[in-house]
Amino acid sequence: MVYIQSIVKGIRDFLAETGQLAFFAGRFFKEVLKPPYEFRELLRQCYQMGNRSLMLVLVTGFIIGLVLTLQSRPTLIEFGAESWMPNMVGISIVREIGPVITALICAGRIASGIGAELGSMRVTEQIDAMEVSGTNPFKYLVVTRVLATTLMLPLLVIFGDIIALYGSALIEFLKGGMSFQLYFNKVFDALSFGDFIPATTKSFFFGFVIGLVGCYKGYYCKKGTAGVGKAANTAVVMASLLVFFVDFMAVFISDIFYEL
Amino acid sequence: MEPKIKHSSPVVPPGGRKEMIRIRDLHKRFGDNHVLKGFSLTLHEGESLVVMGKSGSGKSVMIKCLVGLMEPDEGSVEVLGKEISTLGQSELDELRSDIGFLFQGSALYDSMTVRENLEFPMRRHAQKLGLGKDTLPFVLEALENVGLAHAIDLMPVELSGGMKRRVALARALILKPKLIFYDEPTSGLDPITSKEIIELMRSIQRKYGTSSLIITHDVDCARVISERILLLVEGINYAEGTYLELSGSSDPKIEAFFKK
Repeated sequence: MVYIQSIVKGIRDFLAETGQLAFFAGRFFKEVLKPPYEFRELLRQCYQMGNRSLMLVLVTGFIIGLVLTLQSRPTLIEFGAESWMPNMVGISIVREIGPVITALICAGRIASGIGAELGSMRVTEQIDAMEVSGTNPFKYLVVTRVLATTLMLPLLVIFGDIIALYGSALIEFLKGGMSFQLYFNKVFDALSFGDFIPATTKSFFFGFVIGLVGCYKGYYCKKGTAGVGKAANTAVVMASLLVFFVDFMAVFISDIFYEL
Repeated sequence: MEPKIKHSSPVVPPGGRKEMIRIRDLHKRFGDNHVLKGFSLTLHEGESLVVMGKSGSGKSVMIKCLVGLMEPDEGSVEVLGKEISTLGQSELDELRSDIGFLFQGSALYDSMTVRENLEFPMRRHAQKLGLGKDTLPFVLEALENVGLAHAIDLMPVELSGGMKRRVALARALILKPKLIFYDEPTSGLDPITSKEIIELMRSIQRKYGTSSLIITHDVDCARVISERILLLVEGINYAEGTYLELSGSSDPKIEAFFKK
């Protein structure tokens, strides 16, 4: 009986959380179009989220490129398909691995950062102080951050993809003697706009959910330092899950277009 | 419940000073917790009114209802002749430019310098106040009032608790408000710094003639700063009078506040 009650409570909490997040997203769309626009804060957030995440994304992307190539090589050699390596790595990185890995890194770094920052501002009454001073804190804090993550994530994905391909090219050069020029020629031969556009489009959505979840968790943070920690932690978990969900939806929808 | 003690001397000349705040029969519940149970209050122009009560008695809830950070469940809250619950967001923001709020923990914006903290409330109201683009003279004047002009470029993390409170006070004063609300202005400060803050509050009161509503359980603060004291017990007005009247009372509940 207790077991069933806890399941029911879990479902109820999940539905309530989903509803609140949807309401929060609705408020974002309502506020984003209304003046005044906080351009300075938006630029500051773009710098914070883009520039400061870049190194992490580049290092991770490079390592992913190295590892993917190293692990795929023996199998491709076994089938005599070594020359297909750039095509395979190029398509898998641009279509799927690049956007998802970058989004997960950003979910860990950015969503937790936003959750902790806004949570701390909530418990120390900084958000209340902002409201009392006549500034709309939702517009100043939430809209700018969500827009910044939405705009910056596709850029980070592009940088991550390029560096991952360089990592892969380096392994092919060292192990198979393939020149960088040949490697990239093969990659670009294999790729089409049909690979690039859905991947970039879904990166915008990844950025949106990461920013939205981080802001939602921080903005409604409960009192106390424990609340701030919880906001940061749950922001990462929820943002990561939503990244996978959005990825599934994006692949599902783009698959329909491919069939057409 | 009627207050047990009413001020016998005409601390507030009836008809002499206009009403700045008028709260009538204020109720606020959080789930089953009925925090405010019909609280009433009037603050006159230029007056210093102290509201005292135990922790959890609803003092901070009451002050948050006054600035529209919380909505009352029942009752009327009028500030500067305007009923808070009937105001739209822009009207509320407009009204808030006439209110300074010193938060319990200072609530300085962590990511901004002292100067940016003080400039923040001016962003929305610069036009109304006839302020040009150069806000520095106003920031310096506010900081000089609290003796911290030298700290203009420091970050909040570089300030002591007392300095933070002073900067927060300067920020509350920057728009030259008609009303100032102090939420536990001396909490968390050592006795010497508390005295300095109280003196600062008095000098500001003298200099600008603002009406002040002070929430505290610091008896020394109440003694020095108050013209009138209102005791809030279990969510309702329990007693009202001057410091001398209340501190001389033999009522055990009133005595509990004033005995050292």
